[in-house]
Amino acid sequence: MKINHHLDDATLVSYSAGALSQGMALVVASHLAICPECQRRNEQTDAIGGALLDDLVDDSAVDDKIDDGMLNDLLAKLDEEPEVTTAAPWPKTDIPRPLAEYVGANLERVEWKRIVPGVYFHELPFGNGGVSRLLRIAPGKTILPHSHEGNELTLILRGSFSDELGRFAAGDVADLDDQVEHQPLVDSSEDCICLVATDAPLRFTTWFGRLVQPITGF
Amino acid sequence: MKNSPPGDDVENLASLKPPRASEDWTEMLALMAETRDKSLYVDLFRHFAPRVKAYVLRLGVVPSAAEEVTQEIMLAVWRKAHLFNAAKAAASTWIFTLARNQSIDWMRSQKYPQYEFDDQKPETSEAASVPSAGEAEVLSDRMAAAIKTLPENQAQVIFMSFFEGRSHGEIANRLDIPLGSVKSRLRLASEKLRTLWGDAV
Repeated sequence: MKINHHLDDATLVSYSAGALSQGMALVVASHLAICPECQRRNEQTDAIGGALLDDLVDDSAVDDKIDDGMLNDLLAKLDEEPEVTTAAPWPKTDIPRPLAEYVGANLERVEWKRIVPGVYFHELPFGNGGVSRLLRIAPGKTILPHSHEGNELTLILRGSFSDELGRFAAGDVADLDDQVEHQPLVDSSEDCICLVATDAPLRFTTWFGRLVQPITGF
Repeated sequence: MKNSPPGDDVENLASLKPPRASEDWTEMLALMAETRDKSLYVDLFRHFAPRVKAYVLRLGVVPSAAEEVTQEIMLAVWRKAHLFNAAKAAASTWIFTLARNQSIDWMRSQKYPQYEFDDQKPETSEAASVPSAGEAEVLSDRMAAAIKTLPENQAQVIFMSFFEGRSHGEIANRLDIPLGSVKSRLRLASEKLRTLWGDAV
């Protein structure tokens, strides 16, 4: 899989920091699972956390004292057999594993709800303000033009779309912020399926979009 | 003799603890994974447990739970040690990711999405042996030094992200600057750290 669009540095830093919403972290983890280049960059942003952790000492502002009680408790537990976590062999699938944990390994089995003809969604179980869902859009369909209050992350799982920023195909991630207004158009011959997360509600830029937003949420 | 250099006094040598060079932690963790030597675990615990607890508290785990969460993290250090890959991360970095994930799991009651370590299991033989003396650890020291050279406004957004778990939008509100400025500061910081850190990579 040739990946042309990658995660923004600012997004990777926040992912490493644990500062992304669940929905956005899921898009990042799913892209990382299939993108060696971003994995390498993620190792670097994780190392920021490692260095900061190592530096966290002698700070009288926090009560970070540890007594030997904890150590003794732990030493007593070290010989206990941990629950064995032999990872089952993972089926070959076009769903990255972090996402498959929520929707299963087969895109054909996902249950879709229709928004308008040709546009379907599947909501993910993260209730924290932003959007987190799978979208399935038929060839030739377009999403109404919109911009964002915050960030919008989209990972393409199947098919492709084009917008003002270029062409996005399976594996690519569109990492956009509030400076971008765009109108993605599906240009593949099959449905385009993507995972989308935002950290704030979208802002539609046409009266029609604003009219249907309460219904579509997107 | 009053002026003899330290360490010259042979009789006291046994009582002198050799200074623990920082690159030891990564090697030690890899060795512990291989040998399951508990005395190595004790050393790692004494170094990292207080840091982990300080981190857990900063990220927002309530003080009454911080001990318990810290204990879970330090237990994971032992139990998941076989997943540690010294070619990819310093001990501090690996333990940081365990601490982050466990803290978030606790705070959100939901697993922080991550690509599993076993998605990219080390290519057997090479990684199974103890790595060439802590390259990742050297890089980690270099990262610590690099962070200290960041301009204050970049260091600030890094700290707010890593120690307070704030999103771009929350930082923007807090500092009363546009979202775009938060992101460009994070990008600049990340780029700078990568340059300073990654020369040897």
